[in-house]
Amino acid sequence: MAVQVDVPPLAAPVRKTEKRRAFGEVPGLATLAFGFLVFLYLPIAVLVVYSFNAGNIVMVWTGFSTDWYAKAFANEDIRKATLNSLIVAVSATAIATTCATLAALALARGGSFRGKVVSLGVITLPLMVPEIVTAVAMLVFFANLGLNLGLGNVILAHTTFCIPFAFMPIRARLEGMDTTLEQASRDLYASDWETFRLVTLPLLMPGVLAGAMLSFVISMDDFIITLMVAGAGDTTLPVYIYSMIRQGITPEVNAVSSILLLFSILIVTAYWFTTRQKPGAKSH
Amino acid sequence: MILKTALWAASALALMAGAAQAEGSLNIYNWTDYTSPEMIEKFEKETGIDVTLDTYDSNETLLAKMQAGATGYDIIVPSHNFIPIFIEEGLVQEVDATAMPNFKNVKERWRHPDWDPEQKYTVPFHWGSASVAYRPDLYGKELESYGEFFEPSEEVSGRISVFKTPEEVVNLAHLYLGQEFCNEDPAAMQRVQDLLIAQKPHVMAYSSEGMNDRLINGDAIISTHWNGYAYKGRTLAEEAGKELVYAYPKEGVIGWMDGLMIPASAENVENAKIFMNFIMDPENMGIQSNYAGYGGPIEGQEEFMDEALRNAPEINIPNDTKMIFSFACNAKAQSLIDRVWTNVLR
Amino acid sequence: MIANLPDSPVLRRSLALAPALIIIGVFMLIPMVVMAIFSFLEAKSFGGVVWNFSGSAYIQLLYERMLDDSLRLSPGYLIIIARSFLLAFVAMVCCLIVGFPVAYFISRQPIQHRNMWVLLITIPFWTNQLVRTFAWIIILGRNGVIEAPFRFAGLLGADETLGLMYSDFAITVGLTYTFIPLMVLPIYASLEKLDFSLVEAAADLYSSRWEAFSKVIIPLAKPGIIAGCLLVFIPSLGAFIQPDLLGGGKKLMLGTLVQFQFSTARNWPFGSAIAMILLAFVMLFLILYARAARNAKAMDLH
Repeated sequence: MAVQVDVPPLAAPVRKTEKRRAFGEVPGLATLAFGFLVFLYLPIAVLVVYSFNAGNIVMVWTGFSTDWYAKAFANEDIRKATLNSLIVAVSATAIATTCATLAALALARGGSFRGKVVSLGVITLPLMVPEIVTAVAMLVFFANLGLNLGLGNVILAHTTFCIPFAFMPIRARLEGMDTTLEQASRDLYASDWETFRLVTLPLLMPGVLAGAMLSFVISMDDFIITLMVAGAGDTTLPVYIYSMIRQGITPEVNAVSSILLLFSILIVTAYWFTTRQKPGAKSH
Repeated sequence: MILKTALWAASALALMAGAAQAEGSLNIYNWTDYTSPEMIEKFEKETGIDVTLDTYDSNETLLAKMQAGATGYDIIVPSHNFIPIFIEEGLVQEVDATAMPNFKNVKERWRHPDWDPEQKYTVPFHWGSASVAYRPDLYGKELESYGEFFEPSEEVSGRISVFKTPEEVVNLAHLYLGQEFCNEDPAAMQRVQDLLIAQKPHVMAYSSEGMNDRLINGDAIISTHWNGYAYKGRTLAEEAGKELVYAYPKEGVIGWMDGLMIPASAENVENAKIFMNFIMDPENMGIQSNYAGYGGPIEGQEEFMDEALRNAPEINIPNDTKMIFSFACNAKAQSLIDRVWTNVLR
Repeated sequence: MIANLPDSPVLRRSLALAPALIIIGVFMLIPMVVMAIFSFLEAKSFGGVVWNFSGSAYIQLLYERMLDDSLRLSPGYLIIIARSFLLAFVAMVCCLIVGFPVAYFISRQPIQHRNMWVLLITIPFWTNQLVRTFAWIIILGRNGVIEAPFRFAGLLGADETLGLMYSDFAITVGLTYTFIPLMVLPIYASLEKLDFSLVEAAADLYSSRWEAFSKVIIPLAKPGIIAGCLLVFIPSLGAFIQPDLLGGGKKLMLGTLVQFQFSTARNWPFGSAIAMILLAFVMLFLILYARAARNAKAMDLH
């Protein structure tokens, strides 16, 4: 019953590039694709442009100013919420990616066994349940358990729904991976552990990184579940922004989002540039 | 590398948890954008108590959190209609406000309110009202009755904005229809439902967020509003060269008041009481009012308030306008309200 | 393969699977069971539950207790459910119509460009969902980015509006925008694996391009399309930010209804019951999906 989802790792393994011929060159496709990019980036552009709005109301343009950036940097609540978000995202990503890697290895390399389909179902469950249901169920559960670990509650909740997001690209990568190298390594009397560490893991790394990134994004963006499980002082950035909207969003929120956007573009681009040289250079 | 990060995060967490329990701290859980940083700074300086502030967006969120067993908060700020629920549910502890030295500063009018007659559980905080605000420059005349909001004319059809939760909306409808709040009479509730369903085609949005945005932007011409928020909105509108007026319709306005309470699970009870006493000082409440944009219950606090706020029509209710406080409805009345609301929105 | 601890592959496999299964089991499966139990209890007047068995939450779904307390069969909640399905379906179709050609286009690019495209599609989703949704208000609203040129050209009077905001259209745009990467990426993943020599062969075999397309590419892309559709459909079904912020909250949806029960209405059992219904529908779709996937596999083996 598990849904099989392949998310392409950002740097897909370079296969022998087949020569593409004229077939399938549908006219207008390129236009559509670029139109799609406009659709994707229009709100982002609006967001960034209006972060430079001098006025107090996002939607009414009154002039250019960078004041909101200064304000955002000076706002202690925003700083604290951002720090909380980062702590939660980093911890949840680390735990979820580790669990997901282990699970993906077990499922992809463990042969076929009873309970495989069920395990797969359980792991992808958080993807299949609408967020609001998860949020409410977790609230009810934490409340009855009386579990109160502060940010720990949030980290646990985030880890739970991050696992399938980390799992998908890792499994996709594992399935596309050639086992001959691992075989060769074992034939050379390398121990299982050495084979894993020296052969499997490096080959798997793009998948693991893609999974970790996906988890990180999902965790940084979540607010419904966090809103329900977070306790005193555990406000994350999305929850803070949600509360701010009630009072009418100010360009300050846009400024914070723009900073985060810039930050993430830097990370993603850096990641892209570092991985794209690898395939050619690294031929075992 | 991942392991290192995890370890770092875990130790950072442990450190933070340790710090929160140290002596001399106070965890306040208050509405968003409602706590004056200047006031908190003054409190920290005077008492040496370290304040942590966390925020929520609605009484419902606060109640759900407290019922869910959230701990770690020393001060919460529910509205008057929720205060009896917190008391009844055993979520708060007695504070005995009258015994505090600064209680003498509380205006007579705000002492021993209906929702806490013996002042055993609450220290009064801001009060305010709910009504409608509108754009006179677009509307072209003065808004005098809720009829203009519930049964709008052709010109404002599709430019009416309504709160997204039923409490105030149903009460405003009761005000307009001349009915009691928390009505258990099916016929009366039917009239409310009919009124709201007839209004619906004229409504652009049911939303309790961004009323000022919609009004200033011209999307909405009439919108349900809170007085303090409308005060901020008027200031913003004036900046943009537009008019925004908080109306006092002839039927009256709905009153509300927030109270400071100490949760049963609070760990820093003494510090919370020190804070309660601190806020009943005219200067401190004045500073707090400046930030929140709402009036307060303390005698002489006006002296410490900005002139614009002190004279703002939003917090100075005309003498001939009734302000009627809503209260926590019993289960039967509440379920009638919920059913009406579901019927309106489905 | 997992460290050099246990020798038995079964034990190793179980140890590797355990952390993920335990975390999801404890923090997801058990909470959902608790919620299922709650849906059969009575509501406490100010939130929470009374431990008395009651089917009233489910009765409430079908029957309306009139204001005078008599019961009447009422389609109210069924309408909300149907509306949520319709909107989620429309959002899914929009995502597919736009997403498939884009995914196809990307899969036809040289490899370095492909990664670049995937990157470009991912980046916007690094910004906060709420703020992104809010940006659409600025775009669609009165005096917004879209209306501005019309106004400038004099096609729209000062007091007129295109009425894009606070409509089903706005909700659809919001849902499509939020979930489209979940459509593009899986389709791209399956198309990217596609062996284009097969397509070449088909092009030679079949008379028209369309035939080659529908008989070769579509079947091969099917797993991606189905996965994409599910990944868009399910979250759309429970969405509540978009109906709330862009739709103006004028019509309740499943997501907003659940949220309403747990907050304002303080009826946890009813909220749980709606959540369970939502879950039941999702499960139904997954079963249908599993069947379709099995059939597809059987066809493959042919």
